[in-house]
Amino acid sequence: MNQFLLFVRKEFYHVFRDPKTLLLLFGMPIAQIILFGFALTNEIKNSTIVIADYANDIASHQIIEKLAASNNFEIQNQNLSHVEIEGAFKKGDIKLAIVFPANFNNDLLHTNNAQVQIIADASDPNTANTLTNYASTIIKDYQRELTGNIMAPLQINTNVRMIYNPELKGVFNFVPGVMALVLLLVCVLMTSVSIVREKESGTMEVLLVSPFNPILVIISKAVPYFFLSIINLTVILVLSTTLMGMPINGSIGLLYFESSLLILCALSLGLLISNSTDSQQAAMLISLMGMLLPVMMFTGFMFPLENMPTGLQLFANIVPSKWYYIAVKSIMIKGLGLSEIWRETLILAGMTAVLLTISNRKFKIRLS
Amino acid sequence: METDIVIKTEKLTKRFGDFIATNQITFDVQAGEIFGFLGANGAGKTTAMKMLCGLSTPTSGNATIAGFDIYRETEQIKKNIGYMSQKFSLYEDLTVLENINFFGGIYGLSKKRLSEKSESLIETLNMKELRKKLVGSLPLGWKQKLAFSVSILHEPKIVFLDEPTGGVDPVTRRQFWDLLYAAADRGITIFVTTHYMDEAEYCNRITMMVDGEIKALDTPKKLMQQYSSDSMDEVFYELARGAKRKAD
Amino acid sequence: MVDVQVTNISKSYGQERQNAVDQVSFSVSKGELFGLIGPDGCGKTSLFRILTTLLLPDSGTASVNGFDIVKDFREIRRRVGYMPGKFSLYPDLTVEENLHFFATLFDTTIKANYDLIKDIYVQIAPFKDRRAGKLSGGMKQKLALCCALIHRPTVLFLDEPTTGVDTVSRKEFWEMLKLLKGEGITILVSTPYMDEATLCERIALIQKGTIMSIDTPDQIIHQFPKKIYAVMARNMGALLADLRSIQHISSCNAFGQYHHITFQDEDVRTPRKLIEELEYRGHVDMEITLIDPTIEDCFINLMDRHGN
Repeated sequence: MNQFLLFVRKEFYHVFRDPKTLLLLFGMPIAQIILFGFALTNEIKNSTIVIADYANDIASHQIIEKLAASNNFEIQNQNLSHVEIEGAFKKGDIKLAIVFPANFNNDLLHTNNAQVQIIADASDPNTANTLTNYASTIIKDYQRELTGNIMAPLQINTNVRMIYNPELKGVFNFVPGVMALVLLLVCVLMTSVSIVREKESGTMEVLLVSPFNPILVIISKAVPYFFLSIINLTVILVLSTTLMGMPINGSIGLLYFESSLLILCALSLGLLISNSTDSQQAAMLISLMGMLLPVMMFTGFMFPLENMPTGLQLFANIVPSKWYYIAVKSIMIKGLGLSEIWRETLILAGMTAVLLTISNRKFKIRLS
Repeated sequence: METDIVIKTEKLTKRFGDFIATNQITFDVQAGEIFGFLGANGAGKTTAMKMLCGLSTPTSGNATIAGFDIYRETEQIKKNIGYMSQKFSLYEDLTVLENINFFGGIYGLSKKRLSEKSESLIETLNMKELRKKLVGSLPLGWKQKLAFSVSILHEPKIVFLDEPTGGVDPVTRRQFWDLLYAAADRGITIFVTTHYMDEAEYCNRITMMVDGEIKALDTPKKLMQQYSSDSMDEVFYELARGAKRKAD
Repeated sequence: MVDVQVTNISKSYGQERQNAVDQVSFSVSKGELFGLIGPDGCGKTSLFRILTTLLLPDSGTASVNGFDIVKDFREIRRRVGYMPGKFSLYPDLTVEENLHFFATLFDTTIKANYDLIKDIYVQIAPFKDRRAGKLSGGMKQKLALCCALIHRPTVLFLDEPTTGVDTVSRKEFWEMLKLLKGEGITILVSTPYMDEATLCERIALIQKGTIMSIDTPDQIIHQFPKKIYAVMARNMGALLADLRSIQHISSCNAFGQYHHITFQDEDVRTPRKLIEELEYRGHVDMEITLIDPTIEDCFINLMDRHGN
């Protein structure tokens, strides 16, 4: 046990004496969260919008007035036709279009059910989401004012249409995504590089020619990175809740449990990589290339999995971060408990177990 | 006839902060000379070599290499020198011929001249059958002989060799030195570091660096007389034993 | 008592299945200082890795301390000390931290075996708070030796401990090995420097994975088949060329300030005749002396006989 603790301490020395490792370990997650955080939470001001007003009646005019009065919007043109809207989007200088159908006021007053269409350029999904929210709120405000005057409840249905990226992903989806990305990348990279470094420097030879159990060498390498990743996770959570108002509706304990599973999974992946390569550069390259792309693509926070071809959707199932992402979203946003995410938990645990077994099997107690 | 001086240094100094890596070294090397550059680990050999190759700017002092100033004309210096070390020499995953063509190309040899050169080079090294082999598959000694020949493809005025024969077997080591003599006969100046003291004795003149300074500079014979020893090994030991700089 | 027994060990690598180690057999007695002498790539490192249980041989058997290198690898790992060619230390740990780490790795303490490393450690003790990466070659080598010794191994494997280290440090290192021998530790050391051979009790001369000769340095020198002469003249380069062109000279090699030569058939008058012939060719300041061959002479001679 004494030996083991010493080993762990040595690993901590390595981490804390290497500014580059430290920067990678803590700089990357902080930078990502802050980057995503500010990009997503800043209020969007003075976006140019266009309006196609087929109604041209009192209700549409009042809403347009309200839109113009808001400092979120700047109306570029309010007399476009439906067809011209597309052209305006293609030019790229407008972010949002609002269409009032003919007889808008009439529908509102007599059928209690009027339609407004909001079209957003969702190639930048976050902006699109925010802007449609602003517009919907303004329309709802107007509706409330009307309802105050007239006894019957009037209904304006805002019909939001996202073009270019119909499966718009929301703001808070990014935090769980970044958590998955950071934990997986950092852990895989750190373990594989630190083991391969010992191979490169020849210290692995000396470690192997000692009575110390080689498996313990590996576990003791994993321990510091496990702890550091937990710290990392905490930093991400604190930043995202304070900076971005990210909620944690479910159990924090469960959140850490799921994260620990992902970290273990990542550590065993790192170990596998270190087994198959002898240079730090190769380990780094495999970790980055082999992890970054699949995690970005197949976790679901950047690109919607539902829209991918079946083959890729199936492939996404073997990416651990996909399951972690679903679980974390359920915990943080929906506030669900283990009973609702047991499936994801089980899959993640299964993956970890399999990876650990393989890497344990493949671990070489000799040089070749 | 006055011989050309191809390396001339005057109080060449390099500091790293408080640490003086090379301290006011002054020496001349003549064209066609085999000049041995010896010293204990950490005596400042590598630093001095880097300055002479134009890879590192001196803190003070002057030097000219092949007539070019070490501060201002590093580009011309690089064109007129060859360099080979124990570690980096050739691309292991290219064949013998590909390496020759690549390095010849880098030094701007014309196609015709390059093909002549590579023919004669392969001939001299007796590598006809090995020309299409990957360099990585050759024994170390062959690699080093090839690396040296490649480093003088462009007929440089000076070639710097950093421990070229480390770990090479005794027979190939001697063949390597035959190549050095042949190059020196053609007028190429050889500037070489080595840990083999018999090789030090093959040099025309040697310097001994201790603690960043030149402690001795003469022919091996005179140095042995001066320290009344039978071999350079003893001379080296006498000189380097007093070194203070041990842990750097 | 035999501490290391190697029988017909072979090992090959790569696609071309080049034999790194080819049918090697030898044994080392307890407390012996045994040297494996040969150039890079001759198989020294592979052999050491096989004996330290880091590599499995393709064929053959070997034992260390009576334990089989394949079956009982754990026992061997508990007992031997190993210093790989690259002086494996952690550059970002201090001298003391390194030593402490390796002591704990072998489940011992610095204190328990301090007497064994004391003579070496005092030389690096002034730098004990310095990071190992900032030490000079000689210092690193001493620290690595301390680390390899800290658990008082029965057999010590030193793979090229003096490569890239200057003469002064090399001399000091060999002094230390002599001290360790006094402690009863069996030492196997490999080196490409032929002049270090005479510092060993017994040596194996290795080339291309095979042992060309194995004996005490004196015996190997004694077995040199011919008389060997050191020749000198004012123009050594021309002398070498001339010596090579002379028919009845069977070998001629440059050795520092002399050329070493042997004759094909010789009688008492042969050296005298050679001088006359060379003087006739214009050489001056001629000198020829009968000498004892060096290990390097023997090595070159053996290489010739083995068809290199």
